[in-house]
Amino acid sequence: MAKVTIDGAEIEVPNGASVLQACEAAGKEIPRFCYHERLSVAGNCRMCLVEVEKAPKPIASCAYPVADGMKVFTDSAMVRNARRNVMEFLLINHPLDCPICDQGGECDLQDQATAYGGQGGRYREEKRAVKDKYMGPLIKTIMTRCIQCTRCVRFATEVAGVPELGATGRGENMQIGTYVEKALTTELSGNLIDICPVGALTSRPYAFVARPWELRKTDSVDVLDALGAAIRIDTRGPEVVRILPRINEDVNEEWMADRGRFSFDGFRRKRLDRPWVRQDGKLRQASWEEAFAVITERMQGIPGNRVGAVAGDLVDAESAFALRELMVGLGSANLDCRQDGAAIDASRRDYYLFNSGIAGIDEADALLIIGSNPRKEAPVLNARIRKRWAAGALKVAYVGPAGLDLTYHAEHLGEGPAVLSALLDGGNAFAEVLKGARRPMVILGRGAVARPDGSAVLAAAWELARAVGALTPEWHGFNMLHLFGGQVGALDAGFVPGPDGLDLAGMLAGGVDALWLLGADGFDAGLIPEGTFVVYQGHHGDRAAARADVILPGAAYPEKEGTYVNTEGRVQHGRLALYPPREAKEDWRIVRAAGAALGVDLQFNTLDALRERLAAANPAFRLVDGRIAGGCTDTTGPQAGSTSLGQQPFALPITDYWQADVVSRASQVMAECSRIYNDPTPRLAAE
Amino acid sequence: MPLSDKDRIFTNLYGIHSWKLQEAMRRGNWDGTAGIIAKGRDWIIEEMKQSGLRGRGGAGFPTGMKWSFMPKASPDGRPSYLVVNCDESEPGTCKDRDIVRNDPQTLIEGCLIASFAMGAHAAYIYIRGEYYNEAVVLQAAIDEAYEAGLLGKNAAGSGWDFDLYLHRGAGAYICGEETALIESLEGKKGMPRLKPPFPAAVGLYGCPTTVNNVETIAVVPEILRRGATWFASFGRPRNSGTKVFCIQGHVNKPCNIEAEMSIPMRELIERYAGGVRGGWDNLLAVIPGGSSTPLLPKSICDDVLMDFDALRDHKSGLGTAAVIVMDKSTDIIKAISRLADFYKHESCGQCTPCREGMGWQKRLMDRMVEGRAEIEEIDLLEGVTRQIEGHTICALADGGVWPVQGLIRHFRPVMEERIRTYKQKHGGGMPLAAE
Repeated sequence: MAKVTIDGAEIEVPNGASVLQACEAAGKEIPRFCYHERLSVAGNCRMCLVEVEKAPKPIASCAYPVADGMKVFTDSAMVRNARRNVMEFLLINHPLDCPICDQGGECDLQDQATAYGGQGGRYREEKRAVKDKYMGPLIKTIMTRCIQCTRCVRFATEVAGVPELGATGRGENMQIGTYVEKALTTELSGNLIDICPVGALTSRPYAFVARPWELRKTDSVDVLDALGAAIRIDTRGPEVVRILPRINEDVNEEWMADRGRFSFDGFRRKRLDRPWVRQDGKLRQASWEEAFAVITERMQGIPGNRVGAVAGDLVDAESAFALRELMVGLGSANLDCRQDGAAIDASRRDYYLFNSGIAGIDEADALLIIGSNPRKEAPVLNARIRKRWAAGALKVAYVGPAGLDLTYHAEHLGEGPAVLSALLDGGNAFAEVLKGARRPMVILGRGAVARPDGSAVLAAAWELARAVGALTPEWHGFNMLHLFGGQVGALDAGFVPGPDGLDLAGMLAGGVDALWLLGADGFDAGLIPEGTFVVYQGHHGDRAAARADVILPGAAYPEKEGTYVNTEGRVQHGRLALYPPREAKEDWRIVRAAGAALGVDLQFNTLDALRERLAAANPAFRLVDGRIAGGCTDTTGPQAGSTSLGQQPFALPITDYWQADVVSRASQVMAECSRIYNDPTPRLAAE
Repeated sequence: MPLSDKDRIFTNLYGIHSWKLQEAMRRGNWDGTAGIIAKGRDWIIEEMKQSGLRGRGGAGFPTGMKWSFMPKASPDGRPSYLVVNCDESEPGTCKDRDIVRNDPQTLIEGCLIASFAMGAHAAYIYIRGEYYNEAVVLQAAIDEAYEAGLLGKNAAGSGWDFDLYLHRGAGAYICGEETALIESLEGKKGMPRLKPPFPAAVGLYGCPTTVNNVETIAVVPEILRRGATWFASFGRPRNSGTKVFCIQGHVNKPCNIEAEMSIPMRELIERYAGGVRGGWDNLLAVIPGGSSTPLLPKSICDDVLMDFDALRDHKSGLGTAAVIVMDKSTDIIKAISRLADFYKHESCGQCTPCREGMGWQKRLMDRMVEGRAEIEEIDLLEGVTRQIEGHTICALADGGVWPVQGLIRHFRPVMEERIRTYKQKHGGGMPLAAE
């Protein structure tokens, strides 16, 4: 520890801390542009200059290490002067765009100019103008506003792992760009908008939409991937106008993936906003009463064990649980939330969780990824792996399709389950790396178990984790990476076949006469046998709604209070940011009303009562915003059943990142991304 | 007393003789190199300290002390490096060029000895891209030295393994800044690094590194051969030795000349460069140490000594000792404006004050040349230079504003006169860019 005096107040900070960190610890605000806690130090904006006793010149506090006995002044005449001067320089070539700039109201330059700048401009010469650059469909650039802080360059290089941004030119002519203009090939590009301290990089979909002070801000969680990133949903009137990440060090730090951030225009399009019933082979609009009347009539006489329900990928745990209660009330055990047919063993929670925890990656020193591309399945989690790898502390290998660009070096061990056998019987050298590691991790992609030999793959992955010492009372190195925010919650709510119940394949094979789909668009609805009565409850007219006999309009995740469990088992509450459109209702209410119509006495009338029942059924739901961490005390693995490892190479579950769920499939922004990024021959600006 | 030929270190500065190894050895290069190295690292560094040699690249940091910052042993296995800065881009400076093309063996021998003294088995010479012919000669000289066993394994029979590499830059003034040079050498964009850590701790490829100027390294062998006392006998205390001066501008015989330190400027110009065009009284001003040092008016030039301390006392500096002489025909504002233009062009763009300020300074200077300005704007200009100075990562921003500060310090009346004349001619009001 070093003793530092800041403006007369003595404070102890760790050795190696920067002066800026020491000042912050002392509660002094230091203005900055280029400095960012999660990026390397550039020290080029010169805004954070402070005075240090005996130093002839002001020093850049972000880059200067503290020394014992150092005396720092953050508000001396020298410092005030230096800040005013730097601010003047920053502003001489910065356009007076604030009235038309989307950053206005939340702009670091604007705020700091007010706080630390001078009274007026003295610059009478011509200003610099810079041509705007194309950086893809999500980022709008107004490069004249750029103050060359290089945060974006450092983010792209260090966090996103795509060194595609850089500065060209010198001096005044220095410009940030992609060298040859092209769309940035990262799933984290939205974060560039957040870290840009000025209005140079702004959100293209949000351009000229709103001012920050007009927005209603609702804290929630992202459900479009299984990470459960903390987000803030900004709404104005009945519309979501943007989604921003919030800080949650244990989950997403302060980053967010593009699909969750930019697909919000999907909430306005292709919505199911009123009930529909099928009449003479055609869907027609109906009232809620009519819809429930049709359901009651058609389901009358169907025995309970001929009724089934499937939950989708984005469902909240409450609705899944409510529907389960309804099915139980009808006498059915035919429940399944594994639309992809993943051979998940829900008998023990750690068989399907990311047990090391997302923050656990920061401790891992060897990692095996099986049948997953975390870059597409959970981009922020992938960035965390990259961070650990970049620190030089993590060795990574993967099994699956060759040639994955994970943004870090990963050894390719093979394409199919045979590699797992080889790792187990010592035929593969990476087993030694895992064994030698203090905190080995195995990540099993959900796609790797969504195949005929899935349960054997699951059992082999667990056995491998056990064999390399990843399962100890202190450390749980077995991790399943799910794909969407509702998947773990539905598993936790027990939405899996009960005793003698049918799974999805059984239901599709003619095992049921009535099928209730709760947002279930993840399987081919064409496989539902003709004559099966299908109720679709959900928010988007996607794949399954077209097959339905009755459509009950539900709420998308910003439109309801819901509980979501992320891939590591963290229970989080999503909050209502706006009301469902038109006739649409919160899903648990729909199920409750259906229960009344079908004569099933559901034991809840309020969300709180439902949550209480849910928590009683699975105590994991009692710990909100936390996760039950810990090692593995019982290393008994999931049962492989009668299957054995096949020869088929692993296939990746997400083929088009930008169109992976119902919301993004309804989004025009995501459609454009899909078109641009999936174009095998990307067009360059020079053409 | 002029410096006698026997006391000159660079015996072939003008290329009268061949630069080839054999001839160079006949002139005394590589004489007893192994013997010097045999005296050991500590002796060499101590001798360099005694000699009082100060870095010849501009900053004038004592060389022996700089070398002593290098780690004695490498606990973590990192090698040490010597990097020689031959990115001689300071306008007016051309001393390294003559050393490299006419006397390259002095440099190569110096590299071996200096590298040994700091425990480096490899050294890099970073030569500016425009020095194409010089790079060709230097590479040939290095090859010759390898063939003769003076470099490589057991270099010059000293028992020290040593490799020397030549790297050509791409022509950027900023790459003469030591950490920007290291970045460029590593293949990155030439932008200065934050200090600390200093290169002696974390330099080239993250290893301890010393960056020295060509002339600094090239004089090392001769100092060690003849002894520190010999070298220290020239010049005033703390400013000892001989130095290559580049005299140019309005003199009758522009030249590079190795002379004693602390020689009076007037003597330097009159004895070696044939005097100022039109006589000493026709002198207007002199930039004493390369373009980034503030100019000195004739009144100071009359009796100033050419060394670090004397020039610093007059708020200028010895810099690279490139003496730019301007007689009374010079438009001094335009001359300095041209330098402001150069520094705007060569700002790397990393730090805000330099990136934005150099353009402002240049545009103000453009108007000052015409006189299209207000008298108060001279104060604004001065203020802008003060806002840049000392607020950046590297010292080159300071060097970029000193010429203008020197101009205002010594020629403010000329600037005011220019403005008044312009006003008389154009009738007051100043047209602004915005209008």
